[in-house]
Amino acid sequence: MTEFVHQSDGERSLCVVHGELNIYSAAQVREELLHSLGSHRQLEIDLGAVSDFDSTGVQILLVLKREAQHLGKQLAFIHHSPAVREVLDLLNLVGELGDPLVIPLDAQGGRG
Amino acid sequence: MNLDEARGALVQEGRELLAAMEEALLDIETSGYTDERVNAIFRAAHTIKGSAGLFGLDSLVSFTHVVESLLDKVRNSEIELNGNMLSLLLTCGDYIGSLISAVEHGNELDEPNPTLRQHLIDQLNEYLQSTTAEAPPAEVESPPTANQELVAPQSGKVDVLEGEAVSSDLWHISLRPNGDVLRNGMDPLSFFRYLGKLGRIVYLHTLTDNLPEAAAFDAETSYLGFEIEFESDASKQEIEDVFEFIREDSQLLILPPRSLIQSHMTLIESLPECPRRLGEILVSSGALTPHELERVLAQQDSAPQPPPPLGTLLVEEQLVAPPVVSAALHKQKQSEERRVHEQVFVKVEANKLDNLIDLVGELVIAGAAASLSIKLNDVAAMAEANESVTALVERIRDASLTLRMVAIGEVFQRFPRVVRDISKELGKDIELLVTGAETALDKSMVEKLADPLMHIVRNAMDHGIETGEQRLASGKTARGALRLNAYHESGSIVIEVKDDGRGLDSERILAKAIEKGLVQPEQVLSDSEVFRLIFEPGFSTAAQITNLSGRGVGMDVVRRNIEQLRGEVEVLSDFGLGTTVRIRLPLTLAIIDGFQVKVANEVFVLPLDQVIECIDLGEQIDANDLFNLRGEALPYVHLRELFGLPASTGGRESLVVLQFGTQRAGVVVDQLIGESQAVIKPLGHIFARNKILSGSTILGDGSVALILDVPQLIQKAIEANHLPSPARATAQPNALQMTH
Repeated sequence: MTEFVHQSDGERSLCVVHGELNIYSAAQVREELLHSLGSHRQLEIDLGAVSDFDSTGVQILLVLKREAQHLGKQLAFIHHSPAVREVLDLLNLVGELGDPLVIPLDAQGGRG
Repeated sequence: MNLDEARGALVQEGRELLAAMEEALLDIETSGYTDERVNAIFRAAHTIKGSAGLFGLDSLVSFTHVVESLLDKVRNSEIELNGNMLSLLLTCGDYIGSLISAVEHGNELDEPNPTLRQHLIDQLNEYLQSTTAEAPPAEVESPPTANQELVAPQSGKVDVLEGEAVSSDLWHISLRPNGDVLRNGMDPLSFFRYLGKLGRIVYLHTLTDNLPEAAAFDAETSYLGFEIEFESDASKQEIEDVFEFIREDSQLLILPPRSLIQSHMTLIESLPECPRRLGEILVSSGALTPHELERVLAQQDSAPQPPPPLGTLLVEEQLVAPPVVSAALHKQKQSEERRVHEQVFVKVEANKLDNLIDLVGELVIAGAAASLSIKLNDVAAMAEANESVTALVERIRDASLTLRMVAIGEVFQRFPRVVRDISKELGKDIELLVTGAETALDKSMVEKLADPLMHIVRNAMDHGIETGEQRLASGKTARGALRLNAYHESGSIVIEVKDDGRGLDSERILAKAIEKGLVQPEQVLSDSEVFRLIFEPGFSTAAQITNLSGRGVGMDVVRRNIEQLRGEVEVLSDFGLGTTVRIRLPLTLAIIDGFQVKVANEVFVLPLDQVIECIDLGEQIDANDLFNLRGEALPYVHLRELFGLPASTGGRESLVVLQFGTQRAGVVVDQLIGESQAVIKPLGHIFARNKILSGSTILGDGSVALILDVPQLIQKAIEANHLPSPARATAQPNALQMTH
């Protein structure tokens, strides 16, 4: 079961995802996060508590990112958990889905 | 390792290595080929690549790698080094320099000049290809096009490069799972993880083109595609078996190493994406070289086909967007990061540091002695302790200032290259002679000095030194000489740029100045005053200067830069024989030995180095602003008049004789106080236009004293003396300037 904790301060909003982000929760997560994106101008999705992450999770993040661009909203994925990071590294998507502020440096540093 | 923490060190190391590389290249050019020199160049390139690789600076790594490959061949005597190649390597060195600068400014993801880069790589590859018939290794590293860098800024390109891989040594795997694989409980991810056990995934590109709009997106359908470069000794069968469970539900293509161009073409054709786009992915993954891709696409184009779908453009736009967004965020962060990056490093000799620590140790002991004497209330011991503390503070000051001192050779070292390049460009034969490179000056000045000096050197070569024929005609050797010299002189460092060219024509400069209204026709000017005119802004446009056969292109900028460092520029010239530009700079910008004087209860500080002597003026009253100093006429100014201070309450005035360079002048003060150290504090903006003040300092009693700028004071005194009536008129408004 995947849970979502929302925090909002004015326009900015934070959504912390707890639990798995995989095929079992995909449909639920898709609904929940697309809805969150729809109702906030700025959204940060905290992936720090994601325990399991697979291709469906990747696709959801990609779709969210595009939707945000499409709608002209600001969306950032932050605090990627190790499970998320491993997959993004493997699929070479850190550039696209990494936290734009932290991950690029971390990912490079990690390599060295 | 975190790049940000190491950025400064990385950049500094890179610059030093580049300097070594350039020096060795120039040595080869002038003194011939030796193994040692080539090895030095190779080592420099190799180390830069290695450090850059540590931090995943892909662009820097891939470029340096190609350079290194060429050097390696040179080292192994597979290629002979010739003049053109040396020039190419020098230019490559410059480009590496610009990449390093990009790292310094935190925008290492932006390619400084993609066109130049491609051009250089092509040239390097030409040399490389001349030796190897097979696909040269360097080509793998050919720079990805801009688009690919956007697709995969974090790509495993480093691995491709460092994996010594010839492109054809890798397997290429294309996987397009069907929409249902996820629902069937098979995640491509797990196959990749398993694949990793058979070998190494060198590069993986995830194709996201098929992802639909959010509304049409079904979370359980698979939309992704994958292109993989795989390094392995496994057989095709083994690799196929990895995908056994997914093969039925997917489109799977595996190309073995060294596949023909033809099979790549088939691959591109059989996959759903647009050929051009797929091709780019293949290039960025290292499966194809750009050249090979061209051939594939050319073959395809020759067959009739529908125009590329419009969607491609959209896809590309989509691909562009995320980096643009992150670039904007990156920018914001940069200003924040800047402060961290700006910790510049100074290399310090270990023995200097040891010396400083020894002195601090002594100071601690002296401090303890002082406390003890206070406890015992022993006045004599207190005085003694105070003396030794003062002496130590002075020595520590000197020792710590030397930590910031670097040899001016650091600036000079770039000139052999500049002179080489410019003399080639101008078709002149010019020899550069450097002396005094070990002369030390403040580190902060080294950086600020480089540009003005460059300007002067360029000018000397362009306008000063004549062409070979002209030189022979005027009885000189065909080869021009340019000298850079540096030495210390009374608390200043003097830097000279000297050429044996045609010199400045003072008459023509004067005529031009009169024409421009800078000088009145009836004014009589000495040669040095005439030459100073070339630093006037009005003299800075190129056309006039070439007509004048003199210098002056932007010389006003040079003067401004030097003056910002509290220095001075002067020009000496013998018409027909050559010109010397002399720059004089204070040794340090931080602490000076000062000499305090008092006028109407205001304390002023003069730099002690520039104080020659003090003279009691007695009751002498000035009639002509000239003082008879042992038979020599010495111009002088009254500080009181200069600053509009109230008249003295009596007592005898004193004259302080100041010297800067060859010029002397005196200032009249009420009272001499004596020597003291002065920590220079900058003055606020409102004083920026008052050049007589060079800063302020805090006195022992907490009050503020102004530090006077000696060159300006001398100038004032000379002006006042030289042109009695108009100078008087200008001296008064200057006094007023203080107040606004």
